[in-house]
Amino acid sequence: MSEHVRETDLVVIGGGPAGLAAATSAAEAGAHVVLVDRNPQLGGILNQCIHDGFGLHAFGQVLTGPEFAERCVDQALEAGVKMHSDTLVTELNADRTLICSSAGLRYRLRAKSVVLAMGCRERTRGMLRIPGTRPAGVYTAGTAQWLTNMANVRVGQRVVILGSGDIGLIMARRLTWEGAEVAGVIELLPYPSGLPRNISQCLDDYDIPLHLSHSVTCIHGRDRLEAVTVARFDAHRRIIPGTAFDLPCDTLLLSVGLIPENEISRRAGVMLDPITSGAAVDERYMTNVEGIFSCGNVLHIHDLADWASEEGARAGRSAAAYSLGAMSNLNDRRVLIEPGEGIRYTVPQSVARTADRVLLSFRVTEPGEHKTAEVRADGHVLAAQPVRHVHPATMVQIEVPCKGGIDADRLEVRLR
Amino acid sequence: MTTKQITCILCPNGCELDVSYGDAPTAETITVEGNLCARGEGYALEELLHPKRTLTTSVLVRGGTQPQTSVKTAAPIPRESLAAAREALRSTTLDAPVSIGDLVARDIADTGVDVVVTRTVTQHHAIEPS
Repeated sequence: MSEHVRETDLVVIGGGPAGLAAATSAAEAGAHVVLVDRNPQLGGILNQCIHDGFGLHAFGQVLTGPEFAERCVDQALEAGVKMHSDTLVTELNADRTLICSSAGLRYRLRAKSVVLAMGCRERTRGMLRIPGTRPAGVYTAGTAQWLTNMANVRVGQRVVILGSGDIGLIMARRLTWEGAEVAGVIELLPYPSGLPRNISQCLDDYDIPLHLSHSVTCIHGRDRLEAVTVARFDAHRRIIPGTAFDLPCDTLLLSVGLIPENEISRRAGVMLDPITSGAAVDERYMTNVEGIFSCGNVLHIHDLADWASEEGARAGRSAAAYSLGAMSNLNDRRVLIEPGEGIRYTVPQSVARTADRVLLSFRVTEPGEHKTAEVRADGHVLAAQPVRHVHPATMVQIEVPCKGGIDADRLEVRLR
Repeated sequence: MTTKQITCILCPNGCELDVSYGDAPTAETITVEGNLCARGEGYALEELLHPKRTLTTSVLVRGGTQPQTSVKTAAPIPRESLAAAREALRSTTLDAPVSIGDLVARDIADTGVDVVVTRTVTQHHAIEPS
């Protein structure tokens, strides 16, 4: 079978905020860019996020998700990005060839560089292993959001939400507005996982109870969900006996974490960080496979679309430089960046010895007040930044100047 | 002296504001700490006196590629008007195509604020049988 192979400088996989920003910045840098997305409509998950709070960083104003998406799409089109929507990438190889499938047609793309921007998916009931029956009415929060905001389908009347992630909090308000009763939000950790503003405007405004240090221990109902059992957990995540109670409900939403969608990256030989489940990258967002870059939620989960977008723009510029042969320090030795005390992970995970600056994104292991984030090279402090509130749900960024290169084998990031 | 903790919801920073005031909160008597930007102070005062929220919801679309579009109040409206505004929009149906910024309702629930479209929905074209 002979197949037509289309050649281009750069392919971006995924047309959400990160992918659109990567495509735009790469095209503006002079690369010929093809953006491939599996949905008919570009913009990714932004299209179903009809609430506002987007765009403050990127556009300096408060937008809803669909408005933010349309602006990003318009910018990409204006920059000359070729859009292949309704197209699924079924295979990516280390030599940067891709197999695409669209409307029953299969074709090959070959690019000098590839930017991974496939985003993430939600953790499901199966991954939590909640005991009980298997009735209808158990949804991930994002699925319920799609049904409510895109498909005009009512998900239920009396709702319990497991997990206090932002999508769950947003859905608590959304379903209240749609006439449902939200009986409570259940969170295993002793603190909420979502943004403080969403606790305030989505739960407090509607007197929706938030049960911290609790989880769902059993699901009841034959055809349709009838109730969930909720119990209190101790600091070691063991059920405290005698604390269980039943909450009658016909709908359970799960807002319990997101997983980067890296199936096609693995096949190309991209190494993943076990903590982020995203690629391990250097300061240019390049993975261990030369010419393959990663950004947005497929790299690590972001709190804000704006930050995924900014990261995408940086990755797109790097990938364009690689495509156009303008990346000089390709073969420089790498310095590993290690998460130290109080730090869960960092992105990037390594930096070229000759880099003169690196922007580090990281998450902390537990909430705290008045801390200082510190980046050290062999005990010598390269950068320190005070942080008033730290929280595992809040990503922190620190700019590390390393003028004249880094004279160490590893950098350590820690919180004190 | 009354002290209160308020989470500023104007942006995703979500500043924890420590608000204190004398007998009644006014622009003169209120002190706000913990805000990262100047808007936090105005927000704290407004939140104590007249809390406002932006309503973001959906309305039905006839003849579109999607059954509904998303809409928002063009500015925040008083919190106590949210229910009336939602009720007024429940019976609204738009005709495709609709574009971002299109007017959905003028002066919703007597708030003086308009409701506008936030997602483009194109017209659905039925495929003619050949």
